[in-house]
Amino acid sequence: MEFLHALLIQPFVDMVMEPAFFIETVTKGLMAGVLYSLVALGFVLIFKASGVFNFAQGVLALFAALTLTGLMEIMEPIGMPKALVVILAIAATIVVMVLLAIVIERLVLRPLVNQELIILFMATLGLSYVLEGAGDLLWGSDVKVLDIGLPTDVWDINGVFVEQLDVTAAVAAGSLVAVLAVFFTKTRIGRALRAVADDHQAALSVGISLQQIWVIVWSVAGIVALVAGIMWGSKSGVQFSLSLIALKALPVLILGGFTSIPGAIIGGLIIGLGEKVVEVFWYSVHGGAVENWFAFMLALVFLMFRPQGLFGDKIIERV
Amino acid sequence: MLYRETGQFKRNYAADQQLFPIFQDKILLAIIVTVAVGVIPFIINDYWSKAILLPFMVYAFVALGLNILVGYCGQISLGTGGFMAVGAYSSYKIVTAFPEMNLILAIVLSGGCTAAVGVLFGLPSLRIKGFYLAVATLAAQFFLIWMFNKVPWFYNYEMSQITAPPREVFGVLVSGPQASPAAQYLFVLGFLAFFTWIALNLVRGRVGRAWMSIRDMDIAAELLGIKPLKTKLLAFAVSSFYIGIGGALIFHIWLGTVEATEAFDILQSFFVLFAIIIGGLGSVLGAYLGAAFMALMPVGLKVVLVDWIGMVPVTAKHIEFILVGSLIIFFLIKEPHGLARMWQITKEKLRLWPFPY
Repeated sequence: MEFLHALLIQPFVDMVMEPAFFIETVTKGLMAGVLYSLVALGFVLIFKASGVFNFAQGVLALFAALTLTGLMEIMEPIGMPKALVVILAIAATIVVMVLLAIVIERLVLRPLVNQELIILFMATLGLSYVLEGAGDLLWGSDVKVLDIGLPTDVWDINGVFVEQLDVTAAVAAGSLVAVLAVFFTKTRIGRALRAVADDHQAALSVGISLQQIWVIVWSVAGIVALVAGIMWGSKSGVQFSLSLIALKALPVLILGGFTSIPGAIIGGLIIGLGEKVVEVFWYSVHGGAVENWFAFMLALVFLMFRPQGLFGDKIIERV
Repeated sequence: MLYRETGQFKRNYAADQQLFPIFQDKILLAIIVTVAVGVIPFIINDYWSKAILLPFMVYAFVALGLNILVGYCGQISLGTGGFMAVGAYSSYKIVTAFPEMNLILAIVLSGGCTAAVGVLFGLPSLRIKGFYLAVATLAAQFFLIWMFNKVPWFYNYEMSQITAPPREVFGVLVSGPQASPAAQYLFVLGFLAFFTWIALNLVRGRVGRAWMSIRDMDIAAELLGIKPLKTKLLAFAVSSFYIGIGGALIFHIWLGTVEATEAFDILQSFFVLFAIIIGGLGSVLGAYLGAAFMALMPVGLKVVLVDWIGMVPVTAKHIEFILVGSLIIFFLIKEPHGLARMWQITKEKLRLWPFPY
């Protein structure tokens, strides 16, 4: 009885009794969700444009954030104004991410053209190891503070505390999505990207340059990863666990569908919100730390009923 | 002409269907067995046992299990660490609840528990496949580890770290800190040899062929009359059984004490998956080769980079990461069937030696 009470009644009583706390939890969850969405967005981009399930997206975010902090550490002693350092470092990091995209295309993707997708997936697993080792080797593996001058204050709206950093993240994510949506639907390259995703060989045979497309899409994904890395890094420092947090983007994708940008956003919000609320209000039932698996379990249950996700394309298979 | 299969004629089906039909293979196997049983137990010491032989053998066991699922049945799983934890914790519960029970029986029973859990998490595999399933198995990984950390019943209400109690098998101490390296080695070797034999027969029989047809094209297999759910769940059960036993062996024999979050985290899942990719998907030999490679490479790298060149251990660790990752990519590009296929090519070359075409 007591258990059922704690499971079914008490949490809702708590929610109603302390509305300010509830709203705060909800906003926190939504903001965490925005960050998941940002990483998931990178996945969706690559999946949409090449059919590659890029396991390394989380590590890509870590790598970008590590590169950015590393470059800033190098530039700061020169004595330039802070804003200039930040802009230069970000520009340099973008260059690094584009170069990385070219290298990945050259060394990993090109030899694997037309292979089974599962092979490509495992290749990105290997890639994530390389990137992680390289990032740590280049920039050191200790926890770093990433400060690019984003607002860190807290707004107090009638007793509800909202972190400005979270709002910035939400705005950044929103504008990224808008830009990407236009890019995918309105431009020639966007159409080519979708053709490549459907069938590598067919796209090649109508004269779409696979190499070019892959470099573009991995560069864009790298830049999205950079944005995600900046947000995560400003919030909780740049460290290895970043790439593990980014694993949460996977259930987000399952929820939203692998090919849908809105899906990535909404999936991220659902998961961020869900795990925060369950963590806080159902604490007495499970005893904490459910954030580690809640998202995955939710995705697992969801998959049983709708394998293609909320907004995903229906999978049709033929012999 | 070192290695020939021509001229080795068989007179009946029984002879034709034996596990090692080629004479040279039998000699090689005989040599390996003689060394493994007749030489190593007498010269083994603590370092060789704990740093090289035991890790190799327990990971070979786990890799064998995962290879059945991934290599033979085509269901990618990233939940290996979680299933290993199930094996370790269930065997801990069994040996502490029934102190009189033979350790062998306890470990096999814990494999059974893991098989049950594996089937549970394998259930979604009918509806989802490919990387959807890979993500779903991450749920098993994170949930199981969390559970073993949070529910005190699993670690007998003491500390979340569990310690293997000393247990004797046929009068010889095999688990606990006092056990002799030779006894532990032989104990694991026995398990490994027996279950390898079972796996070899399983994968070349009706069950194994059903698994492979599901892997190659599940819809076509279904049209041929193979029941996907039954076949996939059997693969999950057998695979988890092996992985569970592997986890129990890691806990009882190799490590002695484990903590779920550290010993069986997601990196373990990757480690074993990498072992079978490098070793060779869909090959029993590949599980051995891959496990040997993955278990021995860090040791070798440490010797070379830290002891010889004098590098900081942390840096060496990062280099190991890069190396493992690049090797995965290299193998996927150059030799998707891994080390096992390389061995096969070597055999084919030896067959023509010294006069290749």
